[in-house]
Amino acid sequence: MLDFFHWLQYSRLLITMRSSSWIFPVIASIHLMGLALLGGAVLVVDLRLLGLGLRRQPVAQIARDAERWLFVSLAVLLPTGLLQFMCFAATKYYYLTAFWLKMAALSLALVFTFAIRRKVVMADETLMSPVRNKLVAVVSLSLWSTVAVAGRLIGLP
Amino acid sequence: MFLFRFCEWLAATPGSIALHESRYVYLIVLTVHVMTLCLFVGTAVMVDLRLLGLTLQSVRVSEVVTRLLPWTSAGFVLTIISGTLLFYAAPLLRYENIFFRAKMAALVLAGVNVWAFHNTVYRRVAEWDLDPIPPRAARVTGGFALVLWALIITLGRLIPYQVYWFN
Repeated sequence: MLDFFHWLQYSRLLITMRSSSWIFPVIASIHLMGLALLGGAVLVVDLRLLGLGLRRQPVAQIARDAERWLFVSLAVLLPTGLLQFMCFAATKYYYLTAFWLKMAALSLALVFTFAIRRKVVMADETLMSPVRNKLVAVVSLSLWSTVAVAGRLIGLP
Repeated sequence: MFLFRFCEWLAATPGSIALHESRYVYLIVLTVHVMTLCLFVGTAVMVDLRLLGLTLQSVRVSEVVTRLLPWTSAGFVLTIISGTLLFYAAPLLRYENIFFRAKMAALVLAGVNVWAFHNTVYRRVAEWDLDPIPPRAARVTGGFALVLWALIITLGRLIPYQVYWFN
C-alpha cells in the first residue's frame, strides 16, 4: 500500500502540482464548496425524513430533486479529494488515523446512501414507517458528519 | 487605525491568549466552523437553486424559503459565533490578512443581497410562488448568492496561505 501511495505522490503530474504554491489551496477551496453543496443535498432529504424541513411533499420527490445535486457535489468532491490525497499520499496521509477513518466513514456513507437510504426514500409513501425514516436520517447525518470531521482533522498540524 | 488599536487591545486579553495557545479548543472551534458552514451554506444553496429553477421545481418557493430558513439562520448564527472565536484567537493576524478582509467584504455583499431579495422580488412571491422557473430578479439574486457563497468559502480557506504567498 505504501509503495502504491509513494508511486502516486511522486508521479510526474503530482510533482508538477506540488511545485505550484496555489494549486493545492485552490483545490482545497473547491473541495470545501463541494462539501457545502453535499451538506445541502443530504440535509434537505434527511430533514424531510425527520419531519423538520419540507413536510408536505412526498419524500421520493424531494429525494429525486436532491439526488441530482448530491451527484454534482460528489463529482466535485471525489476528484478534488483524490488530488489532495495524491499530493501527500506517502508522506502524510498513509500515517494519519484521521485519513483512514475518513475513508472508512466515506465508504460506509456511500454504501448506506445509495443502497439503503435510496431504497427507503424512493419507496411508496404508504409503505413508509416514520420511525425507520428517522433512523435512516440519523444514520445518514452521523456518517456524513464523521466524514466531514475526520476530513477537517486531516488538515490539522 | 481605530480597528488596529482595537485588535491590539483584543489580542492582549487573557481569553484571546488562552484560545490562541490552547491545544484542542481552537481545533474544535475550527471543526465546528466547517460543520456549521455545511448547515448554513448547504441549506442556503438549496434555496438559491430553487430560485434559479434548478431543484424542487414543484415545491412553492415560499415553502422552500420558510421551511429551510430556520436551518440556514441557525447555521448562520453558529458559523458567526465560531468565526468570531477564530477571529478572537488571533485578532492582529486576521486584521492584516488580505483574504480575511476580502471575506468580510464578501459577507457584507451577501447580506445586502439577501436583504435586497427579501425586500423586493420576494415581497411579490405570491405572484410567482408556483413558477418552476422564478422571474429574472429572483434568479439574479439566487445566482449572485451562489457566487458569493463560493467566494466566501474560497477566501476563508485561503486565510492561512497569506504567510506562504506574500510574507
